[in-house]
Amino acid sequence: VNWSLPRTQHRPPRVLAVAAATAAAFAVVPLFYIAIRASEGGLSGIKTELWRRQTGQLLVRSLTLAGAVTISCALIGTSCAWIVARSDLPGRRFLAVALAAPLSIPTYVAAYTWLSISGISGFTGSFLVLTTCCYPYVYLPVLSAFTGIDARQEEVARSLGANRRAVFRRVTLPLLRSSITSGSLLVALYVLSDFGAVSLMRFDVFTTSIFLSYRGSFDRTPAAILGCLLAVATIAIVALEARSRRESGPRTARGAARQPNPSPLGRWSMAAWGLMALVVVTSLAVPLVTLAKWALDSPDAGVSFVDLRNAIVDTLGVSLGGALFTTLLALPVGLLAARYRTRFVRVVESASYLGHALPGLVIALALVFFGVRVATPIYQRLPMLIIGYAVLFLPLAVGSARTSIAQAPVAFDEVARSLGNRPPSVIRRVLMPITAPGIGAGAALVFLACVKELPATLLLRPTGLETLASRLWTETAVADYGRAAPYAIAIVLVASIPTFLLTTLSTRPVDRR
Amino acid sequence: MLFNSSARNALLLTVSSTVVALLASAVPAHAATKTTTKATAKAAKKTTKRTAAVKTTKPGAPTTKPTVTTAATTTVAAAATTTATTAPTTAPKADPVALKGRKLVVYSGRAERLLKPIITQFEFATGVEVSVRYADSAELAATLLEEGDRTKANVFFAQDAGALGALTKEKRFAKIPAATLNRVDPKYRADDATWVGVSGRARVFVYDPRQISTPPKSIKDLIDPKYRGKVGYVPTNASFQSFVTALRVSAGEDAAKEWLTAFKNNRPVVYPSNGAVVVAANKGEIAVGLVNHYYLYERIAADGASNVYVRNEYPEKGDLGGLVNVAGVGILKDSAADPASLAFVEFMLGKEAQTYFAEKTFEYPLVPSVARHPSLPPIQTVEGPAIDLSKLDSLKQTLDLLRSVGML
Repeated sequence: VNWSLPRTQHRPPRVLAVAAATAAAFAVVPLFYIAIRASEGGLSGIKTELWRRQTGQLLVRSLTLAGAVTISCALIGTSCAWIVARSDLPGRRFLAVALAAPLSIPTYVAAYTWLSISGISGFTGSFLVLTTCCYPYVYLPVLSAFTGIDARQEEVARSLGANRRAVFRRVTLPLLRSSITSGSLLVALYVLSDFGAVSLMRFDVFTTSIFLSYRGSFDRTPAAILGCLLAVATIAIVALEARSRRESGPRTARGAARQPNPSPLGRWSMAAWGLMALVVVTSLAVPLVTLAKWALDSPDAGVSFVDLRNAIVDTLGVSLGGALFTTLLALPVGLLAARYRTRFVRVVESASYLGHALPGLVIALALVFFGVRVATPIYQRLPMLIIGYAVLFLPLAVGSARTSIAQAPVAFDEVARSLGNRPPSVIRRVLMPITAPGIGAGAALVFLACVKELPATLLLRPTGLETLASRLWTETAVADYGRAAPYAIAIVLVASIPTFLLTTLSTRPVDRR
Repeated sequence: MLFNSSARNALLLTVSSTVVALLASAVPAHAATKTTTKATAKAAKKTTKRTAAVKTTKPGAPTTKPTVTTAATTTVAAAATTTATTAPTTAPKADPVALKGRKLVVYSGRAERLLKPIITQFEFATGVEVSVRYADSAELAATLLEEGDRTKANVFFAQDAGALGALTKEKRFAKIPAATLNRVDPKYRADDATWVGVSGRARVFVYDPRQISTPPKSIKDLIDPKYRGKVGYVPTNASFQSFVTALRVSAGEDAAKEWLTAFKNNRPVVYPSNGAVVVAANKGEIAVGLVNHYYLYERIAADGASNVYVRNEYPEKGDLGGLVNVAGVGILKDSAADPASLAFVEFMLGKEAQTYFAEKTFEYPLVPSVARHPSLPPIQTVEGPAIDLSKLDSLKQTLDLLRSVGML
């Protein structure tokens, strides 16, 4: 296999193409399912559902929420990353971790805590909760990109007479651009698929309507039609992002980056402190303090230690499985996306994003539909749940893999080849050391998402398997905060392991021996 | 540089050692979990022991139980003790030799906490190994419909009649023998014998006596301007939608739309769940809430009687707001001849299970020989207009109606 073709219109090696197509095939399974179900409504049924006034309203509401949350996440994530990576604000090491920590708080937990302490709801509530939970999707890759930028590029620009602002706009920002857009893409898709926050905040969007259709009328057709619409929106958003990436500035290798000296904040330091305090309090302190209060308010709520321990163990197990399998599927897609630009590659990459924007319930029912028919031996067994996680979270791993592989220019491979290394050795000695941290970060993101996942877990898990999220669901279903709190806290603690790992990986300068 | 190398190494060391420690502790524990799930028979015995232990401690803390009367509280405590001590000696109704070692898969829309103790008693009494999948009723109904005749489930235990009706409509249920079925009033089972109600749940007005001295008696009262902005409800909740369906079926589409419009114009407050409505009323955010009767008792059990101020008021007899919905069971078609499935349904309608639902979940037992909880009014007085619960699956029209008045 020739792994080291330059990033061109050349056709990718067949083995790689087949591997990537397999990954994409997993991701499009739900699309087949919703297409089958939607077609049951007949053309007239589809037309009626699509032309209802509410469908248009829902589309507008979903896209407005996704747009607003994405923009605010991009702004907050980028400014936080800049402050941590480049400013002279004291306590940056603590902030680096604290700012990533909200990733470990599920949106439904954050929404519950906000509801219990304030009357906030509707659009404002959904916007607040989703922004505070999602901005790390931008913050982490941008932080990582900052660490990889060579200070000398900016210094050259300065020496040529550009002021600080111009340097940021014309040199730094283009280098950050692909990290910002790929993070924003994840935020946008997540917001489209989120059910927990919007349903608790009583803001009707596509997902709530899809759930309502299942819950209310047991009619799978309207839900499927809405799902198709959501899939179309996803494809449009992914295409938009891919386009902006193509237009993005030069791709330079991380290479031998040297970090610049911290920029003095001067009179802006108060403002920076204010922003940091606001972000940490709303996204981290409010949920954590409220959870702690619930737990302390009912110390004898009767949570079984054995149940809690088993749930932690099972959660770690399934999440680890989910993270490994998803990363394995994502690698060929990431490699193709980073190095080849053919239509096939574009299609495969976009397809891998589909599952992330569809609600977990739709993915779960799709896998129920196919699982019980074609994968009977693994139906309601662990592999099915792991596949479910892969379908849902493939983009988290694909994005990271692509970005990190793009950091290793083909020229490196060529040099290694010319020095007599065979492809496997090139992968081991050149590609792996450069890309491993990024791929690891992707795996950690998937792990986190698996820990928090609920609707698909409930329907696909092996009978009797209880994750922390499913336990939490059981307890909140009976509206018992005191008994629910320990599980919510355990989710946050378990999820903080990969979050911590992520921060470390994102701020790790490349080893350059 | 953000992290100097020693700090970085320390971080990595901490993370990796945590991971290693967790994995190390995980392996044997996980293995243990696996064995437990597999050897359910053994586990069942253990769990029975544990539940028994829990139960015997319950009477020690009767103060956390409902406000009701002291007499009522002692009854609960006494009953709990009796069940705990007598359960192992109760003669099983089904033939234990024929059932022992059989496996049963139940899909349950009822919460594990409420159902597990009674499942354990069933396992103990019959020797059947039960595995239960817990999830939302409607999602399980959707799952069963997707699975079709390939399902592994033998029995579906749903939270409301609508979910059962959806499966009846798709012809997924087997018929339940008349001898079992007839133990329950025809009002609370399917006409075509496809499902049977196990416990009843009544619609009530939960109200805050600190704000209003005389509670509403009818849904007509709620459109009075004095309740403007003070009524809480859950338009997305299956129970509320069942009530609206009942309203449509009994009063007609036009009357239903008229009431809903007037109600909507009175600015009711929307909540995500029935539990949240009771909490809101208790906080004084709203004066009245449209919920099911047992949410009050769940609140009391969680917060203690002294912290719960709200009360239940049942709609007057025959009021359109009155509705007794059921949680019920149906046997999946392919399990028609499965003795364990039938034994399960029979057990749920037996004295032991019916008493459990009456006393532990404060629902109405549907087998007439078992007494309701003393704090509840007789079921006949809280029933609304006579309707066919099987028709509660005509939710499509209800949703369309709710959407047309702008509630969804």
